[in-house]
Amino acid sequence: MLELKGIRAGYGAVTVLQGVDFTAKSGEVTCIMGRNGAGKTTLLKTIMGLVAPRAGEITLEGAVISGLPAHQVPGRGLAWVPQGRRLFGPLTVAENLEIGGLLGGHKPQVKERVLELFPRLRERLNQQASTLSGGEQQMLAIARGLCLEPKVLLLDEPTEGLQPSMIALIRDSVLQLKATGVAVVLVEQRVEAVLQMADQVAFMAQGAIRAMVVAQQLSPNAPEFAEFVGV
Amino acid sequence: MTGGRIWALHLAVLVALLAAGLLLPGYHSTNLARILVLATFALGYNLAFGYTGLLSLGHAMFFAAGMYGAGLPAWHWGWEAGPALLTGAAAGGLLALLAGSLALRTAGVSFMIVTLMFAQAFALSLLYFSDWTGGDDGFAVPTTARLVFGHALSADVPRFLAAWGVFALGLVIALALVCSRFGRVMVALRENEERARMLGINPYRAKLQVLVISGIYSGVAGAAYALLFGYVGSSFASIQYSILPMLYVLLGGAGTVLGGVIGAAGIFYLTEWATALTSAWLFLVGLALVVLVLFLPKGVLGWVRAKLWRNLP
Repeated sequence: MLELKGIRAGYGAVTVLQGVDFTAKSGEVTCIMGRNGAGKTTLLKTIMGLVAPRAGEITLEGAVISGLPAHQVPGRGLAWVPQGRRLFGPLTVAENLEIGGLLGGHKPQVKERVLELFPRLRERLNQQASTLSGGEQQMLAIARGLCLEPKVLLLDEPTEGLQPSMIALIRDSVLQLKATGVAVVLVEQRVEAVLQMADQVAFMAQGAIRAMVVAQQLSPNAPEFAEFVGV
Repeated sequence: MTGGRIWALHLAVLVALLAAGLLLPGYHSTNLARILVLATFALGYNLAFGYTGLLSLGHAMFFAAGMYGAGLPAWHWGWEAGPALLTGAAAGGLLALLAGSLALRTAGVSFMIVTLMFAQAFALSLLYFSDWTGGDDGFAVPTTARLVFGHALSADVPRFLAAWGVFALGLVIALALVCSRFGRVMVALRENEERARMLGINPYRAKLQVLVISGIYSGVAGAAYALLFGYVGSSFASIQYSILPMLYVLLGGAGTVLGGVIGAAGIFYLTEWATALTSAWLFLVGLALVVLVLFLPKGVLGWVRAKLWRNLP
């Protein structure tokens, strides 16, 4: 279980996160929603150690991970798939997965499991990542993160700019991951996608979680969406 | 291109270079020996710059460290070629470790400036300790140190074979390195350091490892230059020798194993041709480079990779 208590973080003189309390449970999808500038991406960066917290504590299964150098955080069981995918374009699909598996010692069964989740990547193993379609790139970005065998997977807007069939594929893979016991933290702006995937929804505004709602209690017309997302 | 075909191509190039060096007349054989030593320097520079994205202006220091690391023990204590070459390699690697451990705390332009600063300080130190280093005049490497298995390295064939051997070993190691998992890490750091960090890679440590390997290559090249051509001088520590490997790599193709030798040969013969035509040869060299940048911005093998062999390492 990932737990954040009173996290304050920011850049230079600006404090973006104003005391975030947040919990993501194993086998659940926790969605974070909020307008641009609410602090969603900063929150993910802080969890991953790329932005140092000024106050508060982040723990994973009871062990404190805040304050670790960023490159040590993935080894503790967290994987981050950033917005915009950010693949290593000149490398092939297989080579991207290989880098993802550096920490885990390249276990063949891990790669096999990942390719079972995304069979389309198996057909593209020797293709350069930069030549994949948008949806395939997103699959590869998630697959590369999964090669770390994470306990918590952070996904930053994974359906952004994708066609509906690809969104459905990504949604199905997230639900399969959830079934394996991974805690998924999903930053998402599409109400429909959130309602299909989420167990709980955290609404962010001005650098703090303003409401935490069980997804089953939300409908597409719920007032929280209008208030915190503007839809 | 499969792994087997990649190795076959590189080994074929090595065989072709060997044949050219043995069949060409003495003048061109000596030129080729010089090109192969400089290409070894470029191989090392390419690992740092072409594959890992470390734009250094300090490689003259590593090259000169290898040159003096081999030349000084030979000059002062009568060391033979083998141990002198190893000392030169170690000197290049050690200075890369020292300079890199500080310079890699910066990135981009700052890294470039810090490496340049180290190289300038090293060049000035060579002049300051002139009693020991020969100062501005440098020194000639004793002929007794320029022997390998009883063959004088001042003779055309042994010199070429030694240069080819150094380059061949460097090429094979470089190819194995860039095709390995560590090679993927190098490219990952070049493409997106933050992303690499988020996959558990320690960028500082990985880049320092690359810089030390690059320093060893540069040191070997500097040592070989001293032993094969018999002269050690402080001019080899000047900024010109940091810019030259960059030009070789840019001309041949950054991030391609064979790019360095193509670039070194190209710049060498371009300079030869231009100096024969006019005293303003640098103008002609510069003009040719501008044309190349306009029409082959990724270098010769960068173009080949984009158009013909996408997987060419």
